[in-house]
Amino acid sequence: MPCPYIGIEADRRMQMATDVVMPQMGESIFEGTITKWLKKPGDKVERDEPLFEISTDKVDAEIPSPSAGVLKEIKVNEGQTVPIQTVVAVIDGAGSAAAAPAPTPAPAKPAAPGAAVPAPPPAARPTAPAPAAAAPTQAAPQATPAAQRSGERIHSSPLVRRMAAEHGIDLTTIPGTGAGGRISKQDIEAVIAAGGAPAAAPPSVTAAAPAARPTPPPAPSAAPAPPAVSGGQVHVAFESAVPREKMYFGNYTVEPMSNMRVRIAEHMLASKRVSPHVYSVDEIDMTKVATLRAKSKDEFEKRYETKLTFMPFFVKAAVAGLRAFPTMNASLDGTNVILHKEINIGIAVALDWGLIVPVVKGADEKNVLGIQRTLNDLAERARSKKLKPEEVQEGTFSITNPGVFGGLFGLPVISQPNVGILGLGMIEKRPVVINDSIAIRSMCYVTLSYDHRVVDGAVAHQFLHKVKETLENWSEPVL
Amino acid sequence: MAETNGTQITFLEAIKQAMFEEMERDPAVVLLGEDVGVYGGAFKTSEGLLERFGWERVIDTPISESAIIGAACGMSYAGLRPIAELQFIDFIVCAFNQITNFVAKGHYLWNAPAPMVMRGPSGGGVHGGPFHSANPEMYFVHTPGLKVIYPSTPYDAKGLLKAAVRDNNPVLFFEHKFLYRRIKGEVPSEDYTVPIGKAIVRREGKHLTIISYAAMMHTSLEAADALAKEGIEAEVIDLRTLLPLDEETILQSVRKTNRCLVVHEDTKTGGIAGEIAAILCEKAFGDLDGPLMRVTALDTPVPYSPPLEDYFLPNAKKVFDTAKELARY
Repeated sequence: MPCPYIGIEADRRMQMATDVVMPQMGESIFEGTITKWLKKPGDKVERDEPLFEISTDKVDAEIPSPSAGVLKEIKVNEGQTVPIQTVVAVIDGAGSAAAAPAPTPAPAKPAAPGAAVPAPPPAARPTAPAPAAAAPTQAAPQATPAAQRSGERIHSSPLVRRMAAEHGIDLTTIPGTGAGGRISKQDIEAVIAAGGAPAAAPPSVTAAAPAARPTPPPAPSAAPAPPAVSGGQVHVAFESAVPREKMYFGNYTVEPMSNMRVRIAEHMLASKRVSPHVYSVDEIDMTKVATLRAKSKDEFEKRYETKLTFMPFFVKAAVAGLRAFPTMNASLDGTNVILHKEINIGIAVALDWGLIVPVVKGADEKNVLGIQRTLNDLAERARSKKLKPEEVQEGTFSITNPGVFGGLFGLPVISQPNVGILGLGMIEKRPVVINDSIAIRSMCYVTLSYDHRVVDGAVAHQFLHKVKETLENWSEPVL
Repeated sequence: MAETNGTQITFLEAIKQAMFEEMERDPAVVLLGEDVGVYGGAFKTSEGLLERFGWERVIDTPISESAIIGAACGMSYAGLRPIAELQFIDFIVCAFNQITNFVAKGHYLWNAPAPMVMRGPSGGGVHGGPFHSANPEMYFVHTPGLKVIYPSTPYDAKGLLKAAVRDNNPVLFFEHKFLYRRIKGEVPSEDYTVPIGKAIVRREGKHLTIISYAAMMHTSLEAADALAKEGIEAEVIDLRTLLPLDEETILQSVRKTNRCLVVHEDTKTGGIAGEIAAILCEKAFGDLDGPLMRVTALDTPVPYSPPLEDYFLPNAKKVFDTAKELARY
């Protein structure tokens, strides 16, 4: 927006209003809950005076005001949970109220019954730049993002630019906290941790709407209108196949996606878009492993104080397959296939609030006990939200277990940047023909989803066969 | 690191022990230099060596650095492994031609390797004035064919000097005289060496990397302690060897912290900091979240006046302030 007037306007406002954001209170903290506001709108606040109290998975803390002035607006109410870096309040510098016209947010449509649309949803990515004409009055009210500095040069660093490119982040939307407003590593890490989306609302007319504060108790309405546009719907990843109006009918409630849900959705979409998936299914006779496990599990638990499940057997079998067919243990970068020397197997762990894939690093160097211990530790910490970022990264292959929920088999989506994922079906006793007689065996369907850009059917089936063969002829002791 | 026997020795004692043990181990090792014999060395680093090894292996020379290095070079051609001591390293430049044109090039030009060590006291902070405080390491870091070592602890001094004696290349070994009697440390009772060309992480941190060596190592660690109190965790790397430079350790650390500060007592222009900056730009540009910063001596001769020398040299306060600026960048 090369209009000098806009630049001046935005600059003046920036000096006078300060955004207060949800701070990051620990490395793997992505969101926080405001438990109490210590000031009300209109109150004077000193710099570093306690402004509000928060609670995160790890800590409860009083958050000091970043600047002196008057608390102009509270954007996130008590009891609400928002991603880190979300703007929760705005502080006006002294005397600015008279000088600067209050920014006018776009009128929010009446909210639907039961719809509690919280402050700017985390996933809001910028849409196209706002038309210049709209900017003078609409210029996003709660922003210091560089975008509004009207073409002003963005100060970052080679590292920040690289990270932005890797995560598809538009630097013009990130407020910088480094010297002279420079976007530092910490700034972009916070954005990535919050789901790869800029924290502040984008500077567009559409996105100004999320500024609508949590609505008062909705009035009953016969014909509810769709809720105000939430940031989630302007997200590039989330298109709707039908007009939005057609989704809202009858009685309903609207629940915004959690941060994790948004990230899962983005990842699944990206994977399906990028990788042409092909699926192969095989059937494995697990009788030998099941017998061994049944025989050893009590002693195993007594000796090692950890339960013996089927999963480490599947991990070991996958390792055997990956060793035999290294193209399954790969990533694709353009036209280069990266063959990973490490075998790090991601294991999908279902959580009450979503799904996470912690990684068993160096799976090829561990025995059954080692894998089982690692799995139990990762799963437990996944459920108590204590995984470290590096523990969900650098997987080279994944396994998911729909069978645990009773699925005969599943056709999973590849966890990027892998080229394959093994899906395990339920293990159940079935009649099987062996040497022309019918026997009762513990059977299991396994599926392999693979990226056909890298892996062809021949290799995929040979890989599956290697997995099958390893399990059916299991020889390694577990005790 | 090898087992230590629990005894603390000074930096100076470490040098003496290294020479003593190497001369015991290998009869080809000889020591020559000004006053190294009867007097036991200007700093007493060779005290007792003449009595133990005799005048044929502990040789007092005339006051001529050129002659000392030239003679050592000839001895090395003849099968000996000489240690040439420069009484003050400032005067190594008197032998500049011998070192750069003969010692460093011999192997390359005439297949005549010169397995010799050139060592001596260097550095300031002891009010030695412009002729007895120099840090001339970079003249030689710029000379292919040499190895250049500048340790900061007794353990490294002993282990690296022993490694230098055993190395088949000519090695320059700088001993910071400020550390001689001020720094003590444990050394193993048994024989050990420290690999040439390997830096060491003296302190782990995540916010920035401070790279240093010799006396400034201790200054950097002091600053890192103060930074930690302000919540800034500096990773501190001791280069130990300047040539060949351990790029791997440097890159690994900076790829982690994304910010780098180099501290050296040598003057700024043409110091090792510039070389490190170039390496980071070439090999880790996309990992930098701030400019390389440096804390070095000023671009002047070392002042004679004590207050001026204090002003001239880097200190922990300057390192602390610059590191904070970099962390905030």
